[in-house]
Amino acid sequence: MTRLLKCGWVCVITVFGTVLLTVAASWSATTALVKEELLTTTSGIGPSGGRLVVALRAEPKTLNPLTATDAPSREVLGRLHADLIHINRGTQKTEAALARSWKVSPDGRSYTLELRRGIRFSDGQPFDADDVVFSFQVYLDDNVHSPQRDLLVIKNKPITVVKIDSYTVRFNLAEPYAAAERLFDSVAILPRHLLETAYKQRELAQTWNLATSPAQMAGLGAFRLKEYVAGQRVVLEKNPYYWKQDSRHNRLPHVNELVFLFVPSEDAQALRFQAGETDILNRIGADNYGSLVAQQQNRRFKLYDLGPGLEDNFLFFNLNDLSNKSLPQIARKQEWFRNLKFRQAVSAAADREGIVRLVYQGRATPLWGNVTPGNRLWLDTALPHPSRSLERARQLLREAGFSWMPDGALIDALGQRVEFTIAVSSSNAQRSKMATIVQDDLKQLGMKVQVVPLDFRALVDRLLKSSDYEACMFSIGSGDADPNGEMNVWMSNGSTHLWDLGRSKPATPWESEMDQLMEQQLTTLKYTARKKLYDRVQEIVAEDLPIIPLASPNILVGAKSSVGNFQPAILDPYTLWNADELYVNSDALAQVR
Amino acid sequence: MKKRARFRWVLAPVAAFHVLILCPGFFAPYDYAEQNRELPFAPPTRLHFVDTLGSWHFRPFVYRWSAREDVFAAYAYQEDRARSYPLRFFVQGARYRIAGIIPSSWHLLGADGEAPVFLFGTDNFGRDQFSRFLYGGRISLLAGLLAALISLTVGGVLGGLSGFYGKWPDSVIMRIAELFLTLPWLYLLFAVRAFLPLAISPQQAFLLLVLVIGSIGWAKPARLVRGLVLSVRERPFVLAARGFGASDIYLLRRHILPEAYSVLLTQAAILVPQFILAEVTLSFLGLGVAEPAPSWGNLLSNLQKVNVLTSYWWMAIPALALIPVFLGYHWLAEGLQAKLGVAPL
Repeated sequence: MTRLLKCGWVCVITVFGTVLLTVAASWSATTALVKEELLTTTSGIGPSGGRLVVALRAEPKTLNPLTATDAPSREVLGRLHADLIHINRGTQKTEAALARSWKVSPDGRSYTLELRRGIRFSDGQPFDADDVVFSFQVYLDDNVHSPQRDLLVIKNKPITVVKIDSYTVRFNLAEPYAAAERLFDSVAILPRHLLETAYKQRELAQTWNLATSPAQMAGLGAFRLKEYVAGQRVVLEKNPYYWKQDSRHNRLPHVNELVFLFVPSEDAQALRFQAGETDILNRIGADNYGSLVAQQQNRRFKLYDLGPGLEDNFLFFNLNDLSNKSLPQIARKQEWFRNLKFRQAVSAAADREGIVRLVYQGRATPLWGNVTPGNRLWLDTALPHPSRSLERARQLLREAGFSWMPDGALIDALGQRVEFTIAVSSSNAQRSKMATIVQDDLKQLGMKVQVVPLDFRALVDRLLKSSDYEACMFSIGSGDADPNGEMNVWMSNGSTHLWDLGRSKPATPWESEMDQLMEQQLTTLKYTARKKLYDRVQEIVAEDLPIIPLASPNILVGAKSSVGNFQPAILDPYTLWNADELYVNSDALAQVR
Repeated sequence: MKKRARFRWVLAPVAAFHVLILCPGFFAPYDYAEQNRELPFAPPTRLHFVDTLGSWHFRPFVYRWSAREDVFAAYAYQEDRARSYPLRFFVQGARYRIAGIIPSSWHLLGADGEAPVFLFGTDNFGRDQFSRFLYGGRISLLAGLLAALISLTVGGVLGGLSGFYGKWPDSVIMRIAELFLTLPWLYLLFAVRAFLPLAISPQQAFLLLVLVIGSIGWAKPARLVRGLVLSVRERPFVLAARGFGASDIYLLRRHILPEAYSVLLTQAAILVPQFILAEVTLSFLGLGVAEPAPSWGNLLSNLQKVNVLTSYWWMAIPALALIPVFLGYHWLAEGLQAKLGVAPL
């Protein structure tokens, strides 16, 4: 019996010893080799634990960063993944992320990035230069069809990536490119160990869909996938290997869970927030904001009006070359649309203040240029803000050869009545209202305008493919404040040069000047010089009115008072950009427990 | 006698309502598209009889709404009591055409000077809801009436043929009618509307709406008429006429279809409100006439927004106003049944 006992003791000790040894060995193998280089943030210190619940307007279509184009998917993916260099949404400037630091060569064509050492993906596997090289190889692969590819191709030449050593990579650009470090923002670095097989088998587009189990996914973001319940919610949990810590060396993120509920309508989102079911309200319309503000005092939440964002709502006319398309009706009306005085008259008659008051309940800013006041770095503050004047509009029309019938209808020099339609997306209530206001404004000039709500996809099809529209109310919301993101809009051969697509060379002198300016600012590296060039672009837009800017809505968000470190910004994703730093106040935590 | 008296009581308001709706220009103080951009979501104008000094006025008067600065809500108003504006009848205002032909600018109601009279308040664009309600009613009522006319005509003809000839025409027509009866009409409306172009003028939209609604509602009247014709064609007077050599068309026109007259009339009183509701539903969902033209449906579609529903109660008035219209038609149908001796349907 004693012998048996003794034997047992020996066994226990040996087992214990081996366990101890293996743990020690594996620990030394990973941490002794490279020390973990965590990023220490300056954000406020808060308790860890708890969960945050946020509503998503739609269910994400995928969880694959290579194929995601819809806003809900990107919203979730932004929390699961990290980028090399990040744009701080609060300051609108770039900051170190997975790249600890970076150097630009004097000619602006080569970027050398020092990667953070010793950090790991959310599944515990180490991250190094091979993952970066793999990620960019995948993004730039034509067969993958990733939406990020366009951004990473400069003048038809893709960026090349060279691995210098395991923690240094160099990016080479064919041309000097201003503020190229901003390109790295939101380009998720992918785990090579999980995706390489799929990539070689050309199945990358099918991987990481909504049915993939969380164990097969990993990223470098603050959170990792815990559970996906179709039609209801996606639950993210704290990434235990995340590479940021607060100033007290507590590893971020603070909260244990981040839950995205699928709440299809904005009204429902506002109601759920009001009822306390969600913690953060990510951008709502002015009308719901208005009714929530009234209850702010007696409830435990706070609403924020961050001022104008980057969304620019505008009206534009079809100036496409329609000679090859059988649209004689529209081609005839283009005689008016091409007349600058006609466009100026429309702009002079548009009641921007009325739009701000009626559509956005005053929570918006009238616009006379393509850059919104939210874009602090690039706004040309010298742009004139002519006030609304029907008198001036009539004068301009008269000069352009228009006249009026006895019943007040406007006719052109050939006696044709001025009638046209404005197409709007039927899913955007605000823009429909805007169109109704402009319709009434133009009625006072004798123009008969009809507002045509179209399904968004049908509208885009008409804009980009068939050119079968007369005028359209639209907006371009760029994700970044930098003018490089708008190259496609202002270059006459750009893919979203909405009013006149598919030209091989500019159709008008001002468009050719704009082309030159945009090209020039792209390769100019100094901010002040670029700003001067881009200011001129804004002047041209305001003078020649390819688009008639109308208004930019304020970014309106809200959060429970218990959410700490809440620093909403006017750049997408408005509230959750610092999700790793958000925390839930301890009294609120205690209540939950 | 009692029933007959009640019928008269019902007919009068229904008729009055139609006059009101079919001449909206005169009864509506403003044009339906006229925007008052200073007064979005202004509450209904209050009619006053007693002024600030406490003295009584026989002529009611109104105050202007002015925006309140002290409240942290988007659109809040208070009455500006500095000046009162007496209400006037038969005033000159926006131009319109009576029945689409005769131009006029006389309006039943208005106030002196600059003060607008908003009996039902204003909407998001500061447009007078009362005027929009009347103009919207023209479209909704007309759509209901025309659609009922279409479906009764189609139903009457098909039902008549089916009942009169029997055999295979009867089977074919009645099977189709059954198919239409079992179809959920709302989805059918959606499906039909989805085939039509979206970019159409308000007039075209209106006509299409009427056609779509009217052409799917023919099955029920067709069945009723068929049943009636089946029994009438065996009646002695019909057989006698046939014996004298009357043609089919003569028989149908002279002897059989007149018997269906009362059934059709009663059906009309039942179908009209149904079709009004169909128009309201389609417009409510944004598939009817487009802005700025009003219809009862798109007036109600404002209520889809939670904040409108909770903050601006007067936006719900058009919904309340639908109730008397529907009740009127319901009683009318009942009265017609009693008066014409048709069996309850």
